[in-house]
Amino acid sequence: MDAMDEIVREFVVESYENLDQLDSDLVALEGDAGSRSLLSSVFRTIHTIKGTSGFLGFGSLEGVTHVGESLLAELRDGKREMTQRTTDVLLTMVDAVRELLRSIESTGAEGDLDTTAVVASIQAVLDGTEAPETAVAEAPVEPAPVDEAPADEAPAEKPKPAPVLPGRKADAPLPAKPAAASSAPEPAASEPAAEEAPVRSATESSIRVDVEVLDALMRHVGELVLARNAMTSLAADIDDPALVHATQRLALIATELQQGVMKTRMQPIDNVWSKVPRMVRDISASLGRQVRLDMIGKETELDRGVLEAIKDPLTHLIRNAIDHGIESPEQRTAAGKPTQGVLTLRAFHQGGQVVIEISDDGKGIDPQAIAAKAVERGLRSAADVADLAPQDVFQLLFLPGFSTAEQVTHVSGRGVGMDVVKTKVDAIGGVVDVQSTVGVGTTWRLRIPLTLAIMPALTVECASETYAIPQINLLELLAIDDKQTGVEYVGEAPVFRLRGRLLPLVDLRDVLGRTPRESLVGAVIAVMHADGGRFGLLVDHVRNTEEIVAKPIAAAVKGIGLYAGATLLGDGSVTLILDIPAVARRALELQEAIGDDRDAVATSTGETEQMLIVSVGEDRQVAMPMGAVTRLERFPMEVLERVSGSLVMQYRERITPVVDLAQVLGLGSTFREELAVVVCQRGDRSVALVADEVVDIVECAIADRSEVSGYGLLGSIIVRGRVTELLDLEATVRDADSAFYDVQDAELVGAGSEH
Amino acid sequence: MRHQLATFKLDDCLYGIDVARVQEALRMQAHTPVPHAPKGVAGLVNLRGQVVLLVDLRVRLGREGFGEDDDPMMMVVKVDGEPVSLLVDQVGDVLEIDGSRFGSPPPTLEPALRDFVTGVYQLDDELLLALDVDLAVQV
Repeated sequence: MDAMDEIVREFVVESYENLDQLDSDLVALEGDAGSRSLLSSVFRTIHTIKGTSGFLGFGSLEGVTHVGESLLAELRDGKREMTQRTTDVLLTMVDAVRELLRSIESTGAEGDLDTTAVVASIQAVLDGTEAPETAVAEAPVEPAPVDEAPADEAPAEKPKPAPVLPGRKADAPLPAKPAAASSAPEPAASEPAAEEAPVRSATESSIRVDVEVLDALMRHVGELVLARNAMTSLAADIDDPALVHATQRLALIATELQQGVMKTRMQPIDNVWSKVPRMVRDISASLGRQVRLDMIGKETELDRGVLEAIKDPLTHLIRNAIDHGIESPEQRTAAGKPTQGVLTLRAFHQGGQVVIEISDDGKGIDPQAIAAKAVERGLRSAADVADLAPQDVFQLLFLPGFSTAEQVTHVSGRGVGMDVVKTKVDAIGGVVDVQSTVGVGTTWRLRIPLTLAIMPALTVECASETYAIPQINLLELLAIDDKQTGVEYVGEAPVFRLRGRLLPLVDLRDVLGRTPRESLVGAVIAVMHADGGRFGLLVDHVRNTEEIVAKPIAAAVKGIGLYAGATLLGDGSVTLILDIPAVARRALELQEAIGDDRDAVATSTGETEQMLIVSVGEDRQVAMPMGAVTRLERFPMEVLERVSGSLVMQYRERITPVVDLAQVLGLGSTFREELAVVVCQRGDRSVALVADEVVDIVECAIADRSEVSGYGLLGSIIVRGRVTELLDLEATVRDADSAFYDVQDAELVGAGSEH
Repeated sequence: MRHQLATFKLDDCLYGIDVARVQEALRMQAHTPVPHAPKGVAGLVNLRGQVVLLVDLRVRLGREGFGEDDDPMMMVVKVDGEPVSLLVDQVGDVLEIDGSRFGSPPPTLEPALRDFVTGVYQLDDELLLALDVDLAVQV
């Protein structure tokens, strides 16, 4: 059974079910001989089995069902009356089909069951050869006479008479089911009892459920989650231990139920991916490309609704990668690459989302070509694109009417392009972005919510109103404290200096047309990720994180284009769910100047680089590129532990290798009460660098560095009049964790670096 | 032929809606405003777990909308099977009126109302305006 092909298994399960229906249909037909609908239903079943068995190469099965189908067709079309004899031969046929299916189920092959007799008896009916009523008629019910009866009658017409099947059955090799073999002489009547237990293994372990039922179940669970939220909020107010206890139980059960129901709807992404190899083969053949396909994470599961929704975008991205990404073998050879390109599909779960990546090692996307094309198509003015950072240029790809194919091919490049991908991904609350390096390759990344029905969200307040922000768009939260807001203005537009990079700020009050904010103090910046870019959304407070269920909203509200839906909070109030990409676009319209902010970012990363300066020991300073730093933390000295000679610490529930910068500088170990810890993270690996204090973040021109250096250092630079050693961060990190840079396409969310 | 109409008052005019279209009448509940919504959308309200659109009928009928101090009532009507809540001054009785009393709106009816009224019922002491519900909720 393990060896049985998945398709065959499905075929067997489906056919068994259909046969059960067919049995009752046939019996009902005896009472209601003229019923076209019953006949059509029977016909369809047999037709399906015939078609599939032909496709799967089950010749005997196809032969039996073929004659049966012919007979049924005549009955259905009214060319023939239903008689006792026709019912009988049809039932015999059903039995033969069952027998064959059983053999297929247990051995994966039809075995050597002889079906010629059944075929012959049906053919006899078809030909109108009047085999006496009794002869075949008895066959299914009383096995004993069958062996002789038709044998006596039929030889005149057909060499092989009807009854052979029952006899042969006993001899048929049915290793999985000796019991059935012994009961073989009784074909129809006694069969169910004998076959049920051992044979239906495939059908019993799974049932087919109407998707509607699952959808309804999911909706109800959604309501339950909301009711639970309401209970939890009530219990918090009332503060009765018994109520709290009961509520906790309810919450637990609701969560388990939610997970269970979600699980019933989960399907591995392989259901969509299984068609990819063929597609890649065909496309690459027609385009003259050589492509190897790697698929990683086939078993990653998604909600079937989500899976359905990403089918088209995925297909499009794959076509696109082969058509526009991977070069022809000649071009690849010329570029010094192997002639065979590699297309990699990766799927994995991350933070309650599914990430799907489509990477190629092709020619990459040239930002300048994109910009030029956008200007040529009249989508942007030359001035607009001139100063865009590469990451922003890639966003132009998602504009409607943008097609990058220099030559329109039949595979892609018909002008419908990435905008369709983006629209579809947006529609399910996902995000898509792209990273590309010219000559090296391109990676498209989709982040998709696990399920459409229930999503984690952050509830925030703005001008005394509450709004929900989908967690999928949220990167981090920053509170603006009263001492130093960190907010600066570029022209009119506010920006926030986040780990050395400028983050454009969007005030939710402005977007929603509420009363302007009097003071930034106390406000919260929610760092959002939308349309491949980042921005900070200014809100008054953060209330909570809640699991919300998006409810359908009236077209009048949907049409505003700012809200993804509405939900009910624990207190029963209706809350609008913000459509973050739409909010970002609205904000852009509001403050055209935001483009200038991006320029500021772009130029600031030009000749100079953001450097993090830390102090080490008495009077030494070390600089490292800010872009590679994920987080700055402070910890007491005690967190450091020594494991077999290496320093480590527990950081975010992981054992993280530690580099003491004092040792890098050759200062020996120094005692510090508190440590300034610089965390570099890549994928799920991290390395912690330990220093005394974080001094500053500065812009400096690293070209001015002196070449004098020790191991782990690149040289030294002058920062505000002090000599500062420039850390060779890559070498240092690699020393601590040699596999650090092996993490492919690392997830650098929150790292403040967009390469 | 008797017509059954659920009635309500708005600015001293009496309006009627076919009773079959009306789901229920309720006191005004806490509702959520919708920034940038078209005029006539008063917000969203939680009706037994369903998020229902609130339509300010005054605005729709070309009048000053309900303000903070008003205490309107909600008339929940079904449009394409989905509930929509109309904000009205006061919900009245269900009247059973003979079909023969139905006629086309008088020429004196103000133009702002004309589009939203399918006809009038001549009552003994006043006029009952038959509201075109489908049009009224199309904000």
